[in-house]
Amino acid sequence: MISATDLRLTFGKGTPLENPALRGMSLTVNQGEFVTVIGSNGAGKSTFLNALAGEVLVDSGQIIVDNQNVTKLPTHKRAGRVARVFQDPLAGTCEGLTIEENLALAIKRGQRRGLTSAVKKQYMDKFKDSLSSLNLGLEKRLGDKMGLLSGGQRQAVSLLMASLTPSSILLLDEHTAALDPKTAAFVLELTTRIIKEQKLTALMVTHSMKQALEVGDRTVMLHQGQVVFDIEGKDREGLEVKDLLGLFEKQRGLEVDDDSLLLG
Amino acid sequence: MLSNIALYGAIETGLIYGLVAFGIYLSFRVLDFPDLTVDGSFPLGAAVAAILIIDGWNPWLATGCAVMAGMAAGAVTALLNVKLKILNLLASILTMIALYSVNLRIMGRPNVALLTEETVLTPWYDLDLAFHQVPVLLFIIVVFVALILLWRFMKSETGLAMRATGANARMARAQGIATGAMIVLGVAVSNGLVGLAGALFAQSQGAADVTMGVGVIVIGLASLIGGEAVVTPSTVLRALIACVVGAIIYRLAIAFALNADFLGLQAQDLNLITAVLVTLAIVLPGVRTSIANRLTRSKA
Repeated sequence: MISATDLRLTFGKGTPLENPALRGMSLTVNQGEFVTVIGSNGAGKSTFLNALAGEVLVDSGQIIVDNQNVTKLPTHKRAGRVARVFQDPLAGTCEGLTIEENLALAIKRGQRRGLTSAVKKQYMDKFKDSLSSLNLGLEKRLGDKMGLLSGGQRQAVSLLMASLTPSSILLLDEHTAALDPKTAAFVLELTTRIIKEQKLTALMVTHSMKQALEVGDRTVMLHQGQVVFDIEGKDREGLEVKDLLGLFEKQRGLEVDDDSLLLG
Repeated sequence: MLSNIALYGAIETGLIYGLVAFGIYLSFRVLDFPDLTVDGSFPLGAAVAAILIIDGWNPWLATGCAVMAGMAAGAVTALLNVKLKILNLLASILTMIALYSVNLRIMGRPNVALLTEETVLTPWYDLDLAFHQVPVLLFIIVVFVALILLWRFMKSETGLAMRATGANARMARAQGIATGAMIVLGVAVSNGLVGLAGALFAQSQGAADVTMGVGVIVIGLASLIGGEAVVTPSTVLRALIACVVGAIIYRLAIAFALNADFLGLQAQDLNLITAVLVTLAIVLPGVRTSIANRLTRSKA
């Protein structure tokens, strides 16, 4: 379980570029829940994810992961509980390292690293099993450099890496946005399959309202650094993009003028 | 042409600069941390070893202390960068400048002679070898051991974490790697190797001098880049071998250039030749590819 309470964060405090990114953001994600997060540009989606991961530290508020207060902890000390897939397909893996070395890095996520050999024989079966589930033939290319793979393949491997060891929450930051439509569909299908099979708790940020309603079991919309609505269960069933927009306008009394929310 | 003594001398210094190139590979290539501390940690290693040897210490123990001193210097640079957020290049320049004073303090004078002292080389002269072959033999062993240890380290969990830190720090943090600690460890080990090189250099040359570090970074880089041009560094092992090969080729090239009378070069031209060699080493791989491209195109 992960709970964020009244998170506040302002970038460039005291400068003309002062930008309040989080303004009292609160959200609790229960064990096994798959939450999709939407919001227009500047709504605070990425900042919220970065705050949960520890890449930015909040000015005030509290983040609890599995009963541990992690509010002040840097990224690497949260990594054992928080797994992550980035938007940029090149960001989640090291192109200069081989596929097996990347997986070996991930299998020790959040654990102590010693002086024993990193790529161990006993990992191989697990690596091959999980890679073959991708149906990309990567299980035969363990020794290949990551840089030889396409963006979609690398994003699929990033996803595997994030799910190789247990985590309290999996953060997906628009992880299909930089891929072509076909590859994006493949990675999304893979995402839902892995989350379902491993019963993961996940938070997926997406730019597409359609995608947000199609996958997961709860949808949260952010606006100006706050949660504006939060729907799940019966309320969410059968909902369409235009219903979401209606909900948004009702909540805020605003017209949605961001085309990117309507598209996709 | 090159005399036997000059040839062995070039290989001897080449092996020492191979250790420097290991260090520079670690900072520049693995960690992507341009570190100029080496110009200070090389004479630091020499100074520490020389003073302790004169003090009657066991030469291997003195060399060990030189390694520790080098590591400490590297750690200072890395901490300036990681903790105080000083730009890596600038942090290393600050340490390098400070080390000039430190080295003078350690030696108490600009240079220390070791000609009559017992060094790590002394027992090896009892072997049935020519005097100019002895250092080559010993340094081959030292470089080989360092290469194997470094290679195993880079393949270890911690070594892999260090490589990830340099290649993709954001990803490394997300995997739970303390990137700051990795930078401190890596730059420390790098300068430890350079300290070792300085200590061995002082013992084989018979003196430690406060100015002996000038340009070490350029020679190390020349070795690294030159080696990479000859041995494609597709794996860690190949990259490490490239360091040694590059360093020896570099020293041989210098020795040939200085010995070729028709060129009319003299010892004071050393730095100019270095600059030309480094430029060639950087430019040549590109030229080679473009020629290869042109050849394949004309065939097709």
